[in-house]
This record gives sequence, C-alpha cells and structure tokens, in this order.
Amino acid sequence: MNEPIRRLSIVVLAMILTLMVAASYIQVIAAGDLNADARNVRTLYREYGTFRGPIVVDGESVVWSKAVDDPFNYQRTYADGPLYAAATGYYSIVFGRTAIEQTENDLLSGTADSLFWTRLSNLVSGETQRGASVELTLDAAVQQAAAESLGDSAGAVVALDPSTGEVLAMVTSPTYDPATLAGHDSATVNKNYQELLAQEDGPLVNRAIAGDTYPPGSTFKLIVSAAALEAGYDADSELYAPDQLELPNTSRTLGNYGGESCSANERQTLAESLEMSCNTSFANLGMQLGWGVVERKAEEFGWGEQLSIPLAVTPSRLPSNPDEAQTAMASIGQYDDRATPLQMAMVAAGIANDGVLMRPYLVDNVRDADLRVIEETEPEEMSQPMTRSDANELTDMMVGVVTSGTGTAAQIPGVEVAGKTGTAETGTDERPHTWFVGFAPADNPVVAVAVLVENGGSTQGEVTGGRVAAPIARAVMEAALASRGGS
Amino acid sequence: MATVSDVMVRTGRRGELGLLGLAVAVAVLARGLVDYHADYLELDELAIYAAGWIVVAGVIHLAIRRWASYADPVLVPAVLALNGIGLAMIRRIDFAYASRGRDTDFGEVQIVWTLLGIGLALLVILLIRDYRLLRRFTYTAGLVGLIGLLLPLMPVIGTQINGARIWINVFGKSLQPGEFAKIAFVVFFAGYLVSNRDTLALAGPKILGMRFPRPRDMGPLALVWVAAMLVQIYERDLGTSLLLFGIFVAMLYVATERLSWVVLGLGMFAVGAVLAGTLFSHVGSRYTAWLHALDSSVYSSGASEQLVRGLFGMASGGLFGTGLGEGRPDLVPYAESDFIVASLGEELGLTGLMAILTLYVIIVQRAMRTAIGVRHGFGKLLAAGLGFAIALQVFIVVGGVTRVIPLTGLTTPFLAYGGSSMLANWIIVGLLLRISDQARRPEVVTP
Repeated sequence: MNEPIRRLSIVVLAMILTLMVAASYIQVIAAGDLNADARNVRTLYREYGTFRGPIVVDGESVVWSKAVDDPFNYQRTYADGPLYAAATGYYSIVFGRTAIEQTENDLLSGTADSLFWTRLSNLVSGETQRGASVELTLDAAVQQAAAESLGDSAGAVVALDPSTGEVLAMVTSPTYDPATLAGHDSATVNKNYQELLAQEDGPLVNRAIAGDTYPPGSTFKLIVSAAALEAGYDADSELYAPDQLELPNTSRTLGNYGGESCSANERQTLAESLEMSCNTSFANLGMQLGWGVVERKAEEFGWGEQLSIPLAVTPSRLPSNPDEAQTAMASIGQYDDRATPLQMAMVAAGIANDGVLMRPYLVDNVRDADLRVIEETEPEEMSQPMTRSDANELTDMMVGVVTSGTGTAAQIPGVEVAGKTGTAETGTDERPHTWFVGFAPADNPVVAVAVLVENGGSTQGEVTGGRVAAPIARAVMEAALASRGGS
Repeated sequence: MATVSDVMVRTGRRGELGLLGLAVAVAVLARGLVDYHADYLELDELAIYAAGWIVVAGVIHLAIRRWASYADPVLVPAVLALNGIGLAMIRRIDFAYASRGRDTDFGEVQIVWTLLGIGLALLVILLIRDYRLLRRFTYTAGLVGLIGLLLPLMPVIGTQINGARIWINVFGKSLQPGEFAKIAFVVFFAGYLVSNRDTLALAGPKILGMRFPRPRDMGPLALVWVAAMLVQIYERDLGTSLLLFGIFVAMLYVATERLSWVVLGLGMFAVGAVLAGTLFSHVGSRYTAWLHALDSSVYSSGASEQLVRGLFGMASGGLFGTGLGEGRPDLVPYAESDFIVASLGEELGLTGLMAILTLYVIIVQRAMRTAIGVRHGFGKLLAAGLGFAIALQVFIVVGGVTRVIPLTGLTTPFLAYGGSSMLANWIIVGLLLRISDQARRPEVVTP
C-alpha cells in the first residue's frame, strides 16, 4: 500500500499548492482590482481610520481629526468651519473631499510618496501611520476681516502678499460649514448636502477662484493702462474722451457711467481717465492700441492660465478676435471679458510688486507627524508684465483713484492706498457686480486685494464699486496692515 | 540477539522539545502583538500566558516521552504553532468586535477548548496503547459515525445554524457531531477496507483502457455516495459531504491501489453535485455565489457577500499583511470561525498564509510518512485516512474562502473558533502520535 500512499501525499501537496496559488492570485494579482472595488468599504475605513493630519492657519489647527469611539476612529473637526470652508473644503464619508482636503489628501492621510521615510520609520518603530499637517498661507486676521466686511452679500474677497504670492485671505459668500458634511451618519450628511445644493445662491461654490467668472468692468482699465504705458504712453498722455464714443461699424454709441461727461473739451490725461474711470477714453485707447496688445498684457497678468494653488482655478477669459466695437467694450471690462476675483487680485499684486507677478499659492508648508518640514512652497516668479518704472507710474495713478477719484471709500488714514473700482453691467435688469482691486501701502505694499460683490450685495441705493466694494477692501487692507505691519 | 538493542534509534524527543519552544514563542509573540496593537498589553498577563504555554508544552513533552516515546517529533509542534496563531487571531477579532460595541469572549473560550483538546490527545495515547485495538471496533465505529451524522436531523437536539443543519444542542452547548463522525468513519473505513481490499481489488470490465472493479463490488462506494448526497441535501452541508466521500475514495484507492476507484468516485460525486445543484435551490445558489461572486446582482442579493468581503480582506492584506491588529477582519462575517483564513490573510498577508499552509503540509506529510512507516495495513489506512482528512478539510475550507471551490461551512483545523473541531482534530493528533510511535519503535526481538 506504500505506493498509493506516496501518490496520495503528492495529491495532498498539489491540493495545498492550489490553495497557495489561489491566495497569491487574490492577494497580489487581483488585489488592485479588489481594493479599488466600490463595494470594498475597507479602503474607506482604512483611510478614515488613520489619523489624518491637521490643516493649520497661523500656527493653529483649524481642521483636525479627533479620536472618537466609532468604526471610523476619527472625526474630522472644523473650527471656524464657514470661515475657512473655501480653502479647506470638506472631508465626507459620503461625498468625498474637496479643496485642500482633496488636493493635499495623500499628505494629510500619510500616503504621499514624500512621506515614505516617515512611514518606513513608523513601520520599524511600530507606530501607527499618521498624516502630515498642512499649513496654509492664510492670515487669520485678514481672513476674518474679509469675511466680516463682506457679510451676507454674495461675492468673494482675495488678498495676496504681492511680494511672495501667498494667499492671505480667500473668502467666498455665502459659505457653508464643512462640519455638517463630515459627520459619520450618512443619512444626516446626505440631508445636509441636499439642503446646500438646493440653495440658489450656491454656498458650495468657491466664487473666489472657481465660481462663475465675472466681467471685470472698470478694473480691467488697469490692464489697458499697463498696455498703454508699455506702448509709450505716460500718465500725462492726453486721451480722446468724448461724452459719447461712436462704436465703429455700428449705430450705437458708448457713454460714461450715469451719462457723465469726462471732460469739457473731450481731452483728458491717462491718469485723470483712470481716476474718474472714464469709459469713452479707455474704449478709444483700447481700439488705438489694438486688441492684440491689450490681450497680451492681460495674458502676462495671468488670463487664460490654468492655475493650481493647489486648488484648481478657473482660467479667466477674453474675447478672441473682437471687431473694433467689441474691442472698445472689452477695453472697459465688458463684452466677453471674464475674470475670477483671484485674477483681479493678481493684477493688483503684479502692479504692487514693481511689475513682477508672483505665482499665488495657498499651502505654505507640510510637516510630518514629528513636525519635520517635508515640503515648503518657495515663492516663484510667474511673469513680469510691467517694467518697474511703468508699475510705479501706474501705482501713482491708482493712488489718485483713492485720494481723489472713484475709490475714496478705500482711504486709510496715514496710509497711501492704491486702487481701482469697477462696476460691471451684467444685464438689463440685474444690479451690476461691483469690484475694488488695490493694494497698500502704495510705496511698499504688504497686501493686494480684490473684492467682488455680486449685484451690489445688500447695499441700498446707488451700486458702484466705489460705494460697495471699496469699504470692504479697506477693511481687509487695514487688517493686513495691522497683522503684517505696513511701513 | 543483543545487537538489535545496540542500534541507537533516535526518538527525536529532544528535537521535538526545541520545536515546541519555537511553537510556544510563536503563540506568545502573536498574542503580545495583538495586545500591543489593541493598546491592551500588560506584561504580567502575557507572562502568565507564556508560562501557561510552557507548562502545556512541557506536559505534552513529558506525556509523549512516557507513553509514546517514539512518536513523530514534528507533528505536535506544528499543530501547536497553528493553534497558537489561531488563538491570537481569535483574540484579535474579539478586540475588533469590542471596538464596535459587540462583546465576545471567543478567545478565552477557545483557550479552554484547546486545553480540552490537548487533554483528549494525551488521553488517546494513554488509553490506546496499540492502535490495532481499534480494528476490533470497526463496525461500532461505522455505527457511531452514522449516528453522529444523523443526530442533527433529530428533532429537539438538532439545530440549524446559518442554514446548515449540522449542530446538536447538548446542555446548552452547540456541538458539531460531524467533526467526530469524521474520525469514526476513518476508523470504520480502515477496518472495513483492510478486510475487504482483496475483493475490491478484483478486476472487472475494461472501459477506455482502464480496468474497473466488478459492478457487484460497488455496493460500499454507492452506499457512501448516497450518505454523502443525503448530508448535502438534508443537512445543507456540502463540506461534510465532500469531506466524507473524499476520505472514503482516497482510502479505497490506498487499499486497492486501483486508480479506477478514484475515477469512479470523482465521477459519481460530480454527477451528484450537478444533480443536487439543479434539483435543490440552496445547493444551486451556492454554486452561483461561487461562480459569479463579484457580479453585482449576486453580491447585492447577499449570496456572495461574505465570500467577497473575505476576498476584499485578503486583498487589502497584500503580500505582507496589515500587521496583527492593524486590519479590519471584523468586516467579514464569521471572521473568527469560517473565515479565519481571510482574517489571517488580511493581517499576516500572503507571506503569513503561506507559512500557515506550509504548517498544514508538514502535518499531513508527517501523517503520510507514518502511514508508509507503519507495518500493518490497518495502521497504514488509518494514518493515511486521518492525514488526508486534515488535508481535505483544509482544502475545502481554504478553497472555499479563496474561491477554488464553492464555499462550505467547515472549520479550519486548529485555527478556527469552535469546540467540536478543536477536540476532534486533537484526537486525530493523538491517534497519529500513537500510530507513529508504533511505526518508529524498533522491533522488539523475541528470543
């Protein structure tokens, strides 16, 4: 009977080898597919079950993971949720992640390649995996001031440090509280999400960078001015500034805001035109420069660029091949011009930083659980749209706007403020969008800001950038000066 | 003839002691890791646990020295290592359930079963001083096996748990008599086959170039086939059915040395399985869950949910596993019993699973080695049958979890939570110890 026993033991060996092959198939070859299977809650649990790193503003965690006694182990917690929602986004078991929670996910969750050595040392020491902390460039005081001064009005505020590109404030209104979407009860989270979706004013939309882009209105005159300075004009160059500008090849004419007259003799300097935001002179100037010149200048300031700060920014747009009449309209920020509030803040920042535009960014540094810096964003020059002297000349013109022009509401006692207002028509019935872009102090700027208030916001009566948006910008700049020192 | 006693026959007891130390180290280390990752590590408690293992290993060692001094030295350490890993994993799953608010004490209960099992194994080598004694009880064993198999079908004591009617209720405890019936049947088959092997080996008609047995000798095979089919249909227990039939066919082959019996047996089982699958919906749905486990309709109907969740678990373990206490084995239903292999695969990875399967290979190969070494036909059949029983059971359970065959409700020997299985498998170890002792013992030369 020994021969069949030997054969039987070979059969037994083959049986167990089959099991080994099957296990190898499941655990190695098919593992990727199985792990990616939507029905596999394990991946989800594992991700949610590890300690996720905090999101830090000014050295304090505004988002962190709190240990809780449920299957997920940790509850994502948001201090000042509505205030920072635009930057942090949410982290939901039902709806996934947005904003920094999404773009920095592999760092926060600890799975990023750059955390390899940290993970390896954890493996050796037996410590559990902990995510990295992400410190934002936001300045809590500036962010707070921006949110408070914008109030209930629909709109957005972006403040940049012009010398580095750091985003000091990014506020969108209305906003939401990420905590309502971060709960572990999916029914409640679902209900809260549906409620947010149902709101017509879109609280989940980040108007500062990724909402509908807005017609920049008169703030676009800064681009035309910059193009003009480069083309050889200066602040004192005389422009043709009629009460009504005939639009070539049409029967229509273009007037000024409220039908005002820019100049009694139809002549006006470039500086005066900017100061009082004359439409006819800038429309005419745009046609004289040619659309290509204006367009190139705008592109140097960032139009058309797909920015990632690392949140994805909707590219700002310009019309392609407009005819002369369209060029006239586009030169005063109407027609098909569109810009995000971030884009307009970049225009202010570029002028403020002696004509050098720094690439905007929101993540300052990333530290692992042992607080070692593993990533740090270095300020980076994005473009140089203006020469230093042109930038200084345009700055002086913008100071004029605030001291004696349309932007007087942005004045700050003892500090020279440079700015430009904008009042963009959106349609016949709607109230206009109002803008203010500017920076302070004018000679050595610490903050550049763009404020957009949709349809004039809650302001009653006359709706202009100078009346609605300028006071908000002033509050933001004051906060920045107080927090960052304005010398 | 004094020369015989001069030849030193290595008992292997010292080597066994070393291996036992290794097995104890694995068991204690595994539990230490589990406690550490559950933030429950208390060194004095672990020390008591370690001391307990050392005492148990010591007792086993001394008992084997005393009553079975030539027994196979590798068998018990391999079993003990598996048992220790199982205990740690079950305890780990207790912690996982506890963190979700479900209080279980599987780990502690299993320690009691383990001690009882070891006690039974030692009792076997103490009481059964010569395995040939068992041959006298051939037909008694057959009857005991049959009763064990049928008990769950009896009213009052028989209970149906999770769709399978393989349990009986004794003093409030659930027992799986099928586990013990398995041993009884192996004894019966061995006794029956050793007496009738000559008849069964007689040549019959030649079909397709293979010589088949005479039709009139096919009675026993047909009888076991019918019994297996009944178990599959009425107890809804595909596993036990396959196990018993498989053991019989394997032992029939060993006894007769005729491959035609295997062909015949496999053919009959295939016919039966297909027939049952078409005629009975509960068998058919098992097949569907196996073949189309990942189909969303099958999954969402719940038919393959457990299987697929086990696959997810193993996949997440990958090559090296999440580490003991770091995975989520509790996401698989019955992670501590039917699916303990998936739990181990998740936390110890493919590497750990390979090691565990290798331990089974070692255990089964030692049994086969014993079968070859032992001198009597009954012993050969008994050892080969018991070894094959363990191997086939592992194949059926692990094969079910890894989708090699349809999922059935058998337990993984020595690893899974469950008293009946633990006791029965340790009895098998005791029997193998006794047979191997006699196989390796030098011939006593009578003057």
